[in-house]
Formats: sequence, structure tokens, C-alpha cells
Amino acid sequence: MTTLYPKFETSPTSQHPDSSSPFICTEQLSLYYGPQPAFEQVNLAIPAGQITSLVGPSGCGKSSFLTCLNRLTDLISNCRVTGRIRLGNLDVLDAKTDTTALRRRVGMILQKPNPFPLSIWRNLAFPLREHGVRDRAQIDEIVETALQDVGLWDEVKDRLKAPAQSLSGGQQQRLCIARALALQPEALLMDEPCSALDPISSGIVEDLIAGLRSRYTILVVTHNLAQARRIADNVALFWLQQNSGRLIETGSVQEIFEAPKSSITAAYINGVRG
Amino acid sequence: MAKPLQRSSPSRSPWLDRLSAFGVWSVALIITAIFAWIMGDILWRGAGQISWDFLTLPPQNAGRDGGIGPILVSTGLILVVCLSVSLPLGLGTAVFLSEFTAADNGFGRLVRRSLDILSGVPSIVFGLFGYTFFAQTLGLGFSILSGGLTLACMVLPILIRSAEEGFRAVPADYRLSAASLGLSRTATLWHLLLPAAVPGIVVGLVLGIGRAIAETAALIFTSGYVDRMPTSLLDSGRALSVHIFDLSMNVPGGDAPAYGSALVLVVLLILLNGAANWIGRRLSFQSGFHWR
Amino acid sequence: MVWSLQAIAAIAGALVLLIAAFLIGETLPVLQKVGFLPFFTDPAWNPTEALYNLAPMLWGTLFAAAGSVLLATPLGILSAMFCQYYAPAGIALLYRRLIELLAGIPSVVYGFWGLVTLVPLIGRLHPPGPSLLAGMLILTMMILPTVALTADASFAKVPPAYLQGAASLGLSRWGTIWGVVIPAAKSGLLTGVILETGRALGETMAILMVCGNVVQTPQSIFDPIRTLTANIALEMAYALGDHRSALFVSGLILMGLVTALVIVADAIAPEENHG
Ligand SMILES: Nc1ncnc2c1ncn2[C@@H]1O[C@H](COP(=O)(O)OP(=O)(O)OP(=O)(O)O)[C@@H](O)[C@H]1O
Ligand SMILES: [Mg+2]
Repeated sequence: MTTLYPKFETSPTSQHPDSSSPFICTEQLSLYYGPQPAFEQVNLAIPAGQITSLVGPSGCGKSSFLTCLNRLTDLISNCRVTGRIRLGNLDVLDAKTDTTALRRRVGMILQKPNPFPLSIWRNLAFPLREHGVRDRAQIDEIVETALQDVGLWDEVKDRLKAPAQSLSGGQQQRLCIARALALQPEALLMDEPCSALDPISSGIVEDLIAGLRSRYTILVVTHNLAQARRIADNVALFWLQQNSGRLIETGSVQEIFEAPKSSITAAYINGVRG
Repeated sequence: MAKPLQRSSPSRSPWLDRLSAFGVWSVALIITAIFAWIMGDILWRGAGQISWDFLTLPPQNAGRDGGIGPILVSTGLILVVCLSVSLPLGLGTAVFLSEFTAADNGFGRLVRRSLDILSGVPSIVFGLFGYTFFAQTLGLGFSILSGGLTLACMVLPILIRSAEEGFRAVPADYRLSAASLGLSRTATLWHLLLPAAVPGIVVGLVLGIGRAIAETAALIFTSGYVDRMPTSLLDSGRALSVHIFDLSMNVPGGDAPAYGSALVLVVLLILLNGAANWIGRRLSFQSGFHWR
Repeated sequence: MVWSLQAIAAIAGALVLLIAAFLIGETLPVLQKVGFLPFFTDPAWNPTEALYNLAPMLWGTLFAAAGSVLLATPLGILSAMFCQYYAPAGIALLYRRLIELLAGIPSVVYGFWGLVTLVPLIGRLHPPGPSLLAGMLILTMMILPTVALTADASFAKVPPAYLQGAASLGLSRWGTIWGVVIPAAKSGLLTGVILETGRALGETMAILMVCGNVVQTPQSIFDPIRTLTANIALEMAYALGDHRSALFVSGLILMGLVTALVIVADAIAPEENHG
């Protein structure tokens, strides 16, 4: 197995949070689908160990931005990314970067819960195995820790072999988060993780995300400004200008919601309030 | 207020509607009746032939007496050869087309187009090709191997088409999630996509088997007519459909065993058809299915 | 991984070329000797005396295919309408299953049934019995499922909003089908017709068993005929030299016809074929 990335720790020590330095940093980042830009010239620093919320109208390139950060864009045939992304001291967009290792360091949660059609246990164990964890006892331990982290352990510990599809939507989404956590990533990218869930499940997942603060660097896309205000430390606003997404403003939650510098931000915040 | 429409004649719809309904129903009835006629005829006159001896004994007296034992064995062997070549080839192609090429990829389009043509090539032309290529150029002669390989070329487009559909039925999010978990394409393929595409692959397999055991024209010049029990894949072996053809065309008084053989063939195909339908239904309820 | 898969796909894709190459290779001897024209201008098909007129058999193929397509197209489309718009759900399901079974019956079984049932019947009506008519009828049964199933699928794709719109205008059922459904499903129906034509041109065994196999241009539907496919099946077993080569010419003609049809079908409905 490759040893490019840290070994699996059975009991993860609390990691980096040195919140003064950015964990992910983009410079002049642009993304094009064919000739059409999705967003352009984004310079964004994502502080380590904090929750950064990405907001903005539909189609302004938020999801596209997330997919650059773990190079999922490699899977899209007509997609081109320019600029620089630094993750710690790794150059993400460098062709020589090991995407497998990168994606283990940066987990991703999609909008719709999508556990694999496997058992609950295998949903977590299968990616672990593929990353070289062969020892059954260690797998079991990591699975239990991850499920406990998302508050699912007590609900499923008696039916780990049951199909993951038999879980409720909210449970499935928490399982997907656990699946990402089991790989002991440093950062989590979440694309509207609550929007496909009912209000109660949505609340549970929201609390779960808030609870992961300081252990992981989290970037979460949301259309729910109230939610952004509740859980985020920082907010970044994307906006559609001349048919391409731009980063309009970044700042702490207070700055954005109470003293926005840009008139667009003010209108966006108030539009939703009104 | 608008004036009511001035009609020069009463609306024609009612009687035209009734006439067309009558026409549609009668077409359905006529086709059902013909189907019942064919099936009834074969069942009625074939059922009397079927016995354990008929299914196991070798044919005697050019097939007038005895049974179809060696013929069933040959048919099975031809099928095994056909599938053991076409299945890996078909699966590999389907995986390549659905997972490793974009829809607008030129090479992928070319392969698809040529498979479309392949699926339209008449079976007698496959027979000509199999005869010159497998039997003569490769020197396999009239043999089960030649026949099976010829059929493999024939069922390939069916297998590929269904397997591709199976892969396409797997939600795109699985691929994204798998990639974002840092899983390699190979692991994703083996552990997620292939199992999830199994129903589609099996439907293709069943359809392919159906096409293969129904085939006659491609086999006359490849696997041949010999009705002895085959001892190796290089022996000539007579397929069931070739047996029916031979009995009805070349053997005076061969109608009775031909009916028996036809019944066996039709029953096999009905079973296969049922299986394909059953699996196809499970395919469409994919979200609810699960394994292990 | 990608490379090995690409190699496999290349093999599958190249099969058609391989087949075409072999057919062409086998036709070269006779084509070099006599050229292409004698296949249509020679006085007769008598390969042992170097007479290679394929025209009567080409006519046989075309007549049988045309007759069966003319019969099967309306029957198949009406069958699909029955499933989609007339039959109660349960009956529609059964009928669809029946059509699928019809599609699965091997051609040799159709041929056998035609030989023992249909041919004597036609013989009583108008001797001799084995005839173009018998071939057309059997072919009709064989290709009908192809039209019916493609038509059924393309009717199913017509947006329900069209039907609701038509209903809210007070159109009758037939009015809706004729005026709205058929135009909307046109390209799918056309694809079905092309596919069935391909099947009809290429069918061998059933035709061979019921058509009498006399080499002649038919003057009436009760005349026995021989098709190109049947000719190959009948003579391949003993053909040698130029005779054999001439049979490959007819195979090549068939392959050319069918390839042209498939290309047309692909051009009409690219999305229909590749989903
Ligand atoms: N695979 C793709 N190919 C081509 N264009 C795409 C692709 N994915 C997204 N786009 C386009 O890129 C733009 C940005 O899309 P993106 O999904 O990033 O927006 P978003 O901000 O996430 O929107 P939403 O809030 O609705 O999720 C949109 O115009 C979209 O149509
Ligand atoms: Mg989005």
C-alpha cells in the first residue's frame, strides 16, 4: 500500500486545529464546462478546524467549487480547472498529486443520501479495506467510532448486517457522513447535506455537523441562511455575474449577517429575511 | 359572447372511434388466435412424443425413432462455448462503453455503430462467416467450437446492449461518492458497479441464450449435422433447431419427432423468456434491491 | 485496465469489419473473373455453367419482405395501440407477454409449423402450396413482434401531458391517437419498420421451409420462390469454386442491404438506439 498519507489511527487524536492558518486556500481558481465558466477567479481561504458556509443563488457554481477541492472534476469529461489550490502544503491541481490520497484527506457528502447498496457495516468497511485496512478488529473499531461520531451507533448496532437502504433518509445521510469520517479525513466538503431531509432529520444532521467543529475543517454549501448563521464560523457568498459565478464577500458570521460590506450581500441577506 | 360553432355535418368522431376500437380489438384477437393455433398445434402433437427415453436416447433411423439425447448435449455444449467467449468480451465492452467513455467520444460512437450493424446482420451471413473463418481459416472444421464461436459473434450485441443498460441504471451518485472516498476505479467497478449491474447483465445473458438456442441458419455450416454424442469440442454436433429442420425437410415421416423436438425447444424458450421478464422487473425496482 | 477494456471494445467493434472482409475476400475470385454485372444480367442461375443471375432470388427476397412488412406494420402498430390505449391493464400485460413470446419462437419452429399446417392449407386453395404467399404470412408473424414492441415503447414515451391536452379539448380516443400520438411517436415507429424490414430480408430457415425454393421471378403470390438467403443455405453445402464465390456475393448483397437499413435507423432515432 502507498504510505503517502497518514496511517490509520484506531483512536484518532484530535487533529490540527490551528485556526489562525487556512487549511485550504484557492488562488485565482476558475472552472469551465467546455467554454462556459461555472465560476471564475475565486480567492478563498478556508480556516482550519472551523465551519465555513458557502451560500449563493442556484447555479452560481457552489457545487462545482466543492468538486474542485477533491479533484472530483477529473471525472467530468469537458471540465477544465485553472488557478491554484493549496491544501496544507499540497498542490491539489498538480497532475502528479495522488488523487486517492487527496480524497482520503478530504471527505465529501452529497446532497442526496446515497449509501451503497451494501449492508450498513460494509458501507464503512469496504472503503476502509480498499485503503489498506485489512485487520478485522481494527475495521470493527473504526466502524464503531465513526458510527458513534454521527450518533448512529445505538440505532444500528444490532443490525449492522441489514441493508443500508433500509435506514431512514436522515439515518442514511448520517451513515454517509460516518462513511467519510471512517477514513479519518482532515476536511469535509458537504453539498447541501440537509436539503433532501425532513425538518427533524435535518435538525439532527445540522447538530451533528456543528458537533464536528474543531475536529475537522468543514465547508458546507447551504441555501438555508438561518442554518448558515446557526452553525458556521465563516460565510462565503457566491453570486452570478455576467453568467459566471464570482466570490462576492467572505467574513465571519457576524460580519456577513450584521455588517455586510457588499450591497449584494446585504440584499441577499435581507431578501431572505423579508 | 362567441357564437356556437356552425357545423355543416354531424361530428364523425363517434362512429370512427367505434370502428377503430373494433379494429384494434380484432387485430389483438386474431394475433392471439394465431398464437394459440401455433402453440396448441405444437403442444397437442408434440406432447405425445415427450418421454424420458425421448429426452435421453440417441436418434435412430435418421431421427424417426429413438430420441434427442446427444442433440441436447450438443446444443448445451455449443451454448457453453458461445457464452464463455461472448460473456467476457461483451462485459468488457459494456464496461468500457458505459464507464470509460463519454457519450460524445468518437471511438465509443464508432464501436456502438458497428455493434448496431452487427445486430442486424442476417444469421445466414454469420453462417458464411463462421464457415470460412472458424471452420476453414482457423481449421476448426465442422465442430461445436466453430458453431459456438459463430453464435458468440451473433449474441455479442445483445449482451453488450443489456449490460450497458444495467450499468446505466446504477445512479451516478454512487460513482461520485466512491471517487470522493478515494476508491480506485477498479475497486468501484468490482465492488459497486458490477454487482449493481447484475440484473441487466443477466437479462442480456438470458436473451442471448434465447437467441443462441433458437438459431439454425448460422449452425448448419459451422457445427454441422452429425447426430452422434460428441466426445470433444472439435466434434461436429447437431443443435436442436438443426434437428427440427432436418427432420421436417429431409426425413420423410419425421414430423412426429420434429413436433416433439419443437415442443422441447419452445418450452425452453418460454422458460428463458419468463426468467428474463422476472429479472427485468427486478431491474426496474432497482432502488429496492440489495445483496449481501 | 482502461487499455485492456479498450482493446476488448475494439475487438467487439471490429467484428463487423472482419465479417465484411471475409465476405469480400471470398467473393473476389468470381468478381475478378466475371465482374458484378452478370449477377443481374445472366440468363439464369446455373452456377455449374457459369451463369449467375441472382435477380429472381433478389426479387423473391424483396417481394417476400415487402409483403410481410406491409402486413406486419399495421398489425404491429395496432397491437401496440391495443396495449397502450385500449386494453385494460391486466390484458395489456398479458398481450405484451404474448408478443414477447412470439418474438422468442425460433424461426425453424415457425417454418415447421408453416410447412405442416399453412402450406397444405394454401395448397388446397391454390396449388402447389409452397409459395410466396406462405413465405409472406410466416414472415409476417415473425417480424410483427419487432414492430409491435418498438411501437409500444415509443407510444409509452409520448408525454402524458399531450394526452391530457387532447382529452381536455374533447378529442375522441381515435382522434387523439391519430392526431397526437402517432405524430409524436413517428420516429420510433419508423425505426420499428426499418428494423422489421432488416429481419424480413435476412430471415432464412422459415422462408426456406415454406417457399418451395424454385428459382424464378414470381408472377403471382401463389408461385413458389427462392430467396437469396435460402439459396445460400441450400447450395453452400456442395458449392465449390466460383459457385461458392457467387453465394458469397449474395451474402454480401444481403449484408449491404441490412447495413444501409441500420444506418438509416440510427440516423432517424439516434437517442432511441443509445438511450
Ligand atoms: N457537468 C456539467 N456540465 C456542464 N455544465 C455544468 C455541469 N455541472 C454544472 N454545470 C453548470 O455550471 C453552473 C454551476 O453549477 P453548480 O451545480 O456548481 O451550481 P450550484 O451553485 O451548486 O447550484 P445549486 O444551488 O442549484 O446546487 C450551472 O450553470 C450548471 O448548469
Ligand atoms: Mg449545487
